[in-house]
Formats: sequence, C-alpha cells, structure tokens
Amino acid sequence: MVMTNKQAGVPSVLTDEQLASARLLPRRQSWTWVAAVAVILVLANALYSILTNPGFGWPVVAEYFFSPQVMAGLVTTLMLTAISMTLSLVLGIIVAVSAASSNPVLSSVAKGYIWIFRAIPLLVQIIFWYNLAALYPRLGLGIPFMPSFVEVDTNSVITAISAAIIAMSLNEGAYMAEIVRSGLNSVDSGQREASRALGMSSWDSFRRIVMPQAMRVIIPPTGNETLSMLKYTSLVSVIALPDLLYSTQLISSRNFEVIPMLLVASLWYLIVSTILMIIQSGIERHFARSVVRP
Amino acid sequence: MSGSAVNPIRARGIRKSFGALEVLKGVDLDLAKGEVLCILGPSGSGKSTLLRCINHLERPDGGMIEFNGVPVGYRLSGDAFHELPEREIQKQRAAMGMVFQRFNLFPHLTARQNIMEAPRRVLRLSAAEASQRAERLMKQVGLAEKIDTYPGALSGGQQQRVAIARALAMEPSVMLFDEPTSALDPELVGEVLDVMRSLADSHAMSMIVVTHEIGFARSVADRVMFMDGGVVVEQGKPQDVLVNPEHERTRTFLRRILE
Repeated sequence: MVMTNKQAGVPSVLTDEQLASARLLPRRQSWTWVAAVAVILVLANALYSILTNPGFGWPVVAEYFFSPQVMAGLVTTLMLTAISMTLSLVLGIIVAVSAASSNPVLSSVAKGYIWIFRAIPLLVQIIFWYNLAALYPRLGLGIPFMPSFVEVDTNSVITAISAAIIAMSLNEGAYMAEIVRSGLNSVDSGQREASRALGMSSWDSFRRIVMPQAMRVIIPPTGNETLSMLKYTSLVSVIALPDLLYSTQLISSRNFEVIPMLLVASLWYLIVSTILMIIQSGIERHFARSVVRP
Repeated sequence: MSGSAVNPIRARGIRKSFGALEVLKGVDLDLAKGEVLCILGPSGSGKSTLLRCINHLERPDGGMIEFNGVPVGYRLSGDAFHELPEREIQKQRAAMGMVFQRFNLFPHLTARQNIMEAPRRVLRLSAAEASQRAERLMKQVGLAEKIDTYPGALSGGQQQRVAIARALAMEPSVMLFDEPTSALDPELVGEVLDVMRSLADSHAMSMIVVTHEIGFARSVADRVMFMDGGVVVEQGKPQDVLVNPEHERTRTFLRRILE
C-alpha cells in the first residue's frame, strides 16, 4: 500500500512527447557473440585436423565408398531395417490390441510377450535364434500336440538373415506394442463410440477412425525406433551376416585401413539416417493436417 | 410385428448398474412415430444412460427395448433372449441416429468425409452418392460453404450441426440427442436448437432429446418426461409437466434450472 502510494506520487520527469516518440534499442547480446566465436573456433580446429590428419585416410574412404562389397552391405542393412521394422509394426499393432482386449488369456499373453522381449538384450536374442537348431533340429507346422502337416530341417529355414529378421522383429515388436498402445490410448473414447453409433464395424472403426488419429502419437517414436533399428542391425556381425558394418570390417581385415573403413560405414549411416529423418517429418506433416487450421 | 401401429421405440423395465451404483431402476419408455420426446432431469438421473441403452451402446442389466417391433441386441428364441452377434447389432444401430454432447466428430476428416464415412462403409453407397448426400445435408443444417472444412476450424455450434448431418446421413427412423447443447457457449445454442426444431417440424422424424433447454422442450416437445434417481417421476404434455408439475421433485428441479 505504502509502495503504491509512493510510486503513484513520484512526478514523471519525462514529457508525453518523449514517451510517445521513444527510440527503442534491444539489449546488447555480447555473450552470444563470445559463445559463437568460441564454438566456431573449436569446430574449425576439429575440421582442420580431420582434413589434414593422414590417419583418416580420405583417399581410401573415397576409393571404397561405392565399392560393390560396401554397396551390398548397405543393401543388406537397409533390407534388414525395412523388413524388421514393417514386421514389428504389424506385430506391435496386434500385440497392443490383444493387450487391451477383454479376453484375459489374450491380454496376459500379450503382456507376457512384451515383458520377455523387452527384458532380454537384442544381441542375446540374435545369437539365440541363430542357434535354434540346437534346441529344435526340425520345425513342423500343425495343431498343438498333434503330428505336424509339414516338417523341415531347422538349419534350412534359420539362416543368418532369417535369424536376424526374426530376432529384431520380435524384439522391436515389443517396443512397438508399447508405442501403439500409447497411441490408441490417446484417441478419445467418444471417437469409437460415435463410429459404433453410426453402425460401423469395430474393424472399420479401428482402421478408419481410431488408427489414423493414433498415428499422430505413434509416428514420432516410431521414427526414433527406425533410426535405432538401422543402427542395431550392426549387431548382426556376430552371426557373420555381411551388413554395412561387417562388410567394411571384412575389407579392413584385408587392407588394414581400420579407421577409413569405419568412416565409410559411419558416413553411410549418417546419410541414411538423414534421409529417414526427412521422411519422418514428411509423414508427421501428413498426419497433422487436420490439426493445422486452414 | 404388426406393421404401422407399432411404436418405433418401446422400452420396458430397463435396469442398469455401474458397479454398486444403480443408474436405472426399471424405466418404461414409449416413442410414437414422428413424436418428439424431451427427457429432463438432474445430472446423474440416468437419462443419458437410458439413451445409450436404446441403441445398445450400453447393455441393460434387465428389461428389454424394442425398436420398430424388434428387440434391440437380442433375439427371442424359446423363452429366452439370446444376444445377437455384433454385426446384427450394428445394423440396428445404423437405423438410429445419435448426437453426442461433445459432438465426437472425426477430427482427421473434413465435414464432408465425416458425413460420407458411415454411408460408404455401412450402407455401401458409392463415393458420388455419399458426397451428394453430404452436400444436401450440409445445406439442410445451413453449413453448405463449410463442407470441406476440418472440425478443428469450426465453432462448437457448427460442429454439432455437422454431427447432426452425419447422423441424418444414415437416414435413421429415430434420432437420439444426448444433451446436444450442454457443451456449447450460450450464444451458439440457438443455431443447434434451430436445426433440431426444423427436423421436428417436418414430423418425419421420431426424436428423443435429453436436454436442459426448458424453452426448447416447451415449444418443440410433444411430450416431456422428468427423470430423477433412475426412475421416471412424471411425464405428459409440456404445458402440464413444465408449468404445473404434479411432483415436488419436478418443481424443485424446474425452479433451480429457471433461476
């Protein structure tokens, strides 16, 4: 109270004219410039060293960057990522819907699956599937506890590539299930109710109404998972599958150019990741279209 | 069973509990063809639940509802009612339009797509037919120029009018309105009530309207039903129930609402 009165009582020394025609200057941001110069200096130094240190072996990088063996490795990496990611998305949707189901058996199995496959390291799962033949020499298809219709030799089905795909899809599927679940939970229950009231089937309601809205929540973390998957594929070198990393390592085991060949792999990972990020932001824009006011 | 004499909706002894809470304690309801029935009552009186039981969004614990002479959600076989498969219930729901308090428009679809969706998927209309129907209905609710707008860019009143158009697109024989103006800003209530009034004036549509709009009930309803504590307290012509209610509970409620 005292303060207010005191403030109100101080007569202004400025004229109306001075206030109305005030010339405004923003605050000087001197530290911005200091920080920028410091960072640029450090970066310039790093770049200079990268370009001049012969150990980086840029001519070797250039020589092998598009070599057939590296290209084949890159294709394997992309294929593993694409197939595993697609399968894990489908699996994730099925598991998420099952986990939310009112059928207690279905929902317990789904939750159990998420529990186990998120708990065991991916590397362990890859090695496990690769060695499945030690556990089941022959695989059959049929009704539980009955003789199988068809039976095959496990080692003819479980190759390095199929073991990698199975391990990565099952592992990633557990994470995707959690992402899909959070997406489905984000959709207002009134949406499903409105579509039911219109006589739509639960499948149509899921496919046309709920899922497209859940996608807005599902896509950003799925983009993250895709990037992780791209990099996790490098684990398959333990089962001697020539992906991008393993192919470059095979080359460096012959020419002993360890660092340049790692650079080849790193640059390709960087390029593919960048493309994936661009695709992700495009997809996000697509699914955000209804939220953006025209 | 017997052609034209049958009431579109006939409910007898409807009971419904959520856990220990008994929301409906044996409610009877009849709706004649072309009739407008307004249900009033304090919140928690069970009126919304009753509406949701009629199109089987909620499954009643007891009692049975008939829609155009056929049990809703069940088939009588021998001396027992057997629950119908989901597909059959969907067919029954498709013939009853429902409008929700919170509109529940599909936010990722334009007004046109909102209206077209169910006729396309459920009635198997062609895209051209469904689109034509959307245009006609958007004109009917006075929003022809907003047909390709997303719900997010519409006001609450406009969204509710699109929701009414969406329900009408299934050409239902009964419309159920669940507090259609309760979520609206006061100045937007009128435009929604106008659309409902013109629908009532056509006398082609049988309507049940759960509402707090006494003025609308007085001028549009053929019959008013007052519910409290899961039972029907009284019902009759609007001038009787709203002006000279028989029961003290009705009087108290009306006094509170008109204040």
